[in-house]
Amino acid sequence: MKEVKASMAGTVLNILVAEGDAVSAGQAILTLESMKMEIPVEAEAGGKVEKIHVEVGGFVNEEDTLITFGE
Amino acid sequence: MNKILIANRGEIARRIIRTCNKLGIQTVAIHSEADGDLPYVSEATEHVLIGPNPVVQSYLQGDKIIEAAKAHGASAIHPGYGLLSENAEFARKVEEAGLIFIGPAADIIEKMGDKIESRRTMIEANVPVVPGTENGVATLEEAIKEAEAIGYPVMLKASAGGGGIGMVRCDSEQALSQQFVSVKNRAKAYFGDDIVFLEKFLPNARHIEVQIFGDQHGNIIHLFERNCSVQRRNQKVIEESPSPNLPQDVREKLCEAAVQAAKAVAYTNAGTVEFIVDENNEFYFLEMNTRLQVEHPVTEQVTGLDLVEWQLKVSNGEELPAQTEIESAGHAIEYRIYAEDPKTFFPSPGTLEKIIWGQDARIESGYEQGNAVTPFYDPMISKIIVTGEDRIDALRKSQNFFNHATIAGVKTNIPLFHEFIESPEFVSGDYATSTLSNWMEKSKEESGL
Repeated sequence: MKEVKASMAGTVLNILVAEGDAVSAGQAILTLESMKMEIPVEAEAGGKVEKIHVEVGGFVNEEDTLITFGE
Repeated sequence: MNKILIANRGEIARRIIRTCNKLGIQTVAIHSEADGDLPYVSEATEHVLIGPNPVVQSYLQGDKIIEAAKAHGASAIHPGYGLLSENAEFARKVEEAGLIFIGPAADIIEKMGDKIESRRTMIEANVPVVPGTENGVATLEEAIKEAEAIGYPVMLKASAGGGGIGMVRCDSEQALSQQFVSVKNRAKAYFGDDIVFLEKFLPNARHIEVQIFGDQHGNIIHLFERNCSVQRRNQKVIEESPSPNLPQDVREKLCEAAVQAAKAVAYTNAGTVEFIVDENNEFYFLEMNTRLQVEHPVTEQVTGLDLVEWQLKVSNGEELPAQTEIESAGHAIEYRIYAEDPKTFFPSPGTLEKIIWGQDARIESGYEQGNAVTPFYDPMISKIIVTGEDRIDALRKSQNFFNHATIAGVKTNIPLFHEFIESPEFVSGDYATSTLSNWMEKSKEESGL
């Protein structure tokens, strides 16, 4: 199981995938807003979105898990 | 006014405290958990922990802030810039609580915060506006039709937007189609309102703004212009006054138009009228900022006035000096130092392990050596304001300053300034809003050869 964690604290601006979606490596999966900058978060490897741990508008801290991928 | 609460943080809170100290006014600082160690907190007469780190839980807690002001016996609230400064509902609540809001009346903030409404007001007042849609565009079909009439490239903007957020340049129908929904969503996420409109994009344009001031006796004056065309991500990084490459007759017309714009809304307190100025020195109203600007020290350096002091005086019912008494002398340039990667502009939070500044500059800093820049707030660390007899003198002092300035612990844009201020593009003074990014592209290509 792979996880995508937040590289820095910020607010979830949008989520570009849904649970059950298949994503490919490098695909933008959500956008964080931090320090007045939009930071795109990409999938490091391909897989199926198993769980989305955050919601739009929610605040995340660095290292918080954003999305879990299944095989 | 014996005691005021400052509903802000960092350098602007410190700046306001300094003027209050000079005038013998006590101050109440508010801070989040992360900001407790910042200099402004200990420099205020009193301080209050207002909430956890995210701004929605701390610096945007209007009701809590008003309660704190009352509990500490403050009679007025200074909102600074950003955060609640242009929140009409907050301004209204402050007044309803029997406190003074140091800024314009709530209905002026409301009117000018709505970009479509402010354009409409300026058209009625005969102030030229950037060609664009009179109302919001609700659907993509409507946007495409309007964009055809305006002509590409166009700027797609959030009506409730500001601070460089919620606007995208669209060069074609395809780009507009791609961006329409996402700009609407961003507008909703950032500003809670998804109304968008279109403006013509003017290439090679400059961003020049005029500082204005109004008092409660109906007097409105201008304090000359600032050229804020050096930008990244539609956000300013260098501002200067007077504006280079602006003929005197255009400067006078621009300042007059700004006063006209302020009169159209019976403006009170400090404000800024932003214009886009094209290659032929034709200018168009862009928006009005109903607060003290980040770059206000540039105006202070050339006019010799303390704008925070005038904000307090005007709020107290005092009368402004006459326009003829306001003079501009010398040249001032402000550089915004950000905790960010100088190439990608991605924010770089961390501890300021070492700060070494150069000589001969006014430094407005929210942080001192040893403080941490946390990821919760705007990444601006400090503002460096260099003043000279003329632009050449100010440039020489700037180059000297950046030869010595260095910050360790976080990445900053100091290396970028160090190089950019020696570029022919900046030295000539003949620069536009696209100049910094073009220069960076060019430098990248050259270093790649």
